[in-house]
Amino acid sequence: MAREERIINIEHLSKSFGDKKVLDDINLYVRRGEFLTLLGPSGCGKTTLLRMIAGFLQPDEGSILLDGKDIAGVPPHERPLNTVFQRYALFPHLDVYDNIAFGLKLKKTPEEEIDKRVRKVLKLVAMSDYEDRDVETLSGGQQQRIAIARAIVNQPKVLLLDEPLAALDLKMRKDMQIELKEMHKKLGITFIYVTHDQEEALTLSDTIVVINEGKIQQIGTPTDIYNEPVNAFVADFIGESNILKGRMIKDRQVAFIKHIFDCVDEGFGEDVPVDVVVRPEDIYFTTDPAKCQFKATVNSCIFKGVHYEMWVDTDTGYELMIQDYDPYPVGSEVMLYIDPDDIQVMKKERRSNVLSGVVKDQETIRIFDEDFPIPNDFEAGTEVVVDVPFEGVELLDDLEEGVLNGEVHFILYMGNHYHLTIKTDDGDYLYVDTNDIWDKGDLVGIKLLPKTIKLSKKDEND
Amino acid sequence: MPYFIFLVIFVVLPLLLILIYALQDGSGHFTLSNITKFFSDGDSLSTFALSIEVAIENTALCILIGYPAAWILANKDLNRSAVTVVLFILPMWINALMRTLATAELFTMAGIQLGKGTLLFGMCYDYLPFMIYPIYNVLNKMDKSYAEAAQDLGATPGEVFRKVTLPLSMPGIMSGVMMVFMPTVSTFAISEFLTNNKIKLFGTIIQENINNSMWNYGAALAFIMLIIIGISTLFQGDEETTAERGIV
Repeated sequence: MAREERIINIEHLSKSFGDKKVLDDINLYVRRGEFLTLLGPSGCGKTTLLRMIAGFLQPDEGSILLDGKDIAGVPPHERPLNTVFQRYALFPHLDVYDNIAFGLKLKKTPEEEIDKRVRKVLKLVAMSDYEDRDVETLSGGQQQRIAIARAIVNQPKVLLLDEPLAALDLKMRKDMQIELKEMHKKLGITFIYVTHDQEEALTLSDTIVVINEGKIQQIGTPTDIYNEPVNAFVADFIGESNILKGRMIKDRQVAFIKHIFDCVDEGFGEDVPVDVVVRPEDIYFTTDPAKCQFKATVNSCIFKGVHYEMWVDTDTGYELMIQDYDPYPVGSEVMLYIDPDDIQVMKKERRSNVLSGVVKDQETIRIFDEDFPIPNDFEAGTEVVVDVPFEGVELLDDLEEGVLNGEVHFILYMGNHYHLTIKTDDGDYLYVDTNDIWDKGDLVGIKLLPKTIKLSKKDEND
Repeated sequence: MPYFIFLVIFVVLPLLLILIYALQDGSGHFTLSNITKFFSDGDSLSTFALSIEVAIENTALCILIGYPAAWILANKDLNRSAVTVVLFILPMWINALMRTLATAELFTMAGIQLGKGTLLFGMCYDYLPFMIYPIYNVLNKMDKSYAEAAQDLGATPGEVFRKVTLPLSMPGIMSGVMMVFMPTVSTFAISEFLTNNKIKLFGTIIQENINNSMWNYGAALAFIMLIIIGISTLFQGDEETTAERGIV
């Protein structure tokens, strides 16, 4: 792709607030004229990234290039970008017309030209008769339109939108989505859109950038991201999904839920642990025993408007979510199959917790600045690599009993157990497999089970 | 209901009494002579004009000093602690009369001639917190995104202040003005102590009349002042509701 196609180029961008790293080595480009969405849960850093592009925040490291020029030192009022703010930030002391004309007046645009352009954008956002209205008398949706008009009247090179639809009700939001998309087409301006709503991102975007914990997880078109999520986080965040532990047997063959399935993925190697994603609409019911790949019992069935959402227990003890237009009665035995195309195999991000520790004595190893009772044969002071399997971490209700405390940060249901991400009090992460039900944000005491742990001396060259 | 009783006893009744006294001569006959006396008496009129002039000057001074002070206090980059705000308001906790006496002593000690300069200093010192606080409140509560939106639309920091921050802080300024201007018109203690009674303000002549048992003329003057203050609040008209928001 030609370099001129890229209107914004972000290279190695990092930002910390105090000790907390909000953005970590972001690399990203935006094509001229595209609708790009920064998508992630709240606190993932997406708004920080947008504010750095707008110029309200300065990056700690890395650069933002606009049309090939670094805009690091350029103050916001000199950047040819405009922002639609989350809560609109319309000036309450000005009427609709003056709000929209604000930017043009600052640039000393001739009166007639201002008049022409304000009327034009008012027409574009379907608010033509509102120019004399006080902005505080407008409804949320109308304020939204004026905020958009105020930004695009300046004909920015890039329009930045910070969760602009978050304050609207569902019906209004859907209507505005369609209008935004049409506006984008009509104007030909590059849009950078921030949202935590995956459905909105899928509806609007040409390109979606999924961000979590300050890092880019995946960049792709909506269909790419939906059909081929690169990791469990993306799969879980975008749409509904069944995320399961699997094992790649060989190219084009994968085992999960204790059955073997044909798939289309290659190049993982043989007999390699993987994560598997199957969308609930991609599991099909059949009455043909020849087609049936596995059997299950329906344990719940809920009508969701267009489709039914069912949970089934497989004959091998896994729970799967299925969406289908036809309901199956609770308790009935069903035959199911999955198309090879619809199985998404993902590389496992990690197979265990690999921690570094220092041997204190024969009974104790210091990890995360805490003393864990782990019997070992190493000399005191030896640096060791502590390999703790996901099942080797015990979570306790009683914080006092834990060697270390933490908080449940992220929960993934894997069909027959939960895979939790625990954030320790010091900000380190531990990954845990458990059958117990925890909620996000629960405080837990953490213990390591010595029997499951593998110790090895730390390689000097590491 | 208790509110209504309170209102009658402490507001309506005293006002009625002022009105009755103002419309009587010394022997209790109803007359308009007290009112006409004021408008034909050159001394009273010029004192009144001077009072208004001093009040305007004092109010302007308070805005000039109070606005930047409030702005600094409300700016999170310059001031992170609420304690500094309290320190600015602290003088209000001490009796105004005592502060004024102390200020007068300081001037005498420093050998500074008491006059209009010292009067304005004393008034400004006394009333500044009443200007700072409402402005600080408005600025402190102002959504930062307004300033950001203005910047985003191409406003330089100076333009952001002139076109957005200042107009949006007008309610605070208005309630500051109400709390400074009106009391200064009627003050008498400050002018007595800080000018050695060389400069007489409207409040001074009311006080003198009442002190000398000329209740009827005193009441008439007080009544005229009330009317004028009343009219000046009307000028603010619909600003009033927003101004109240600034006070709280």
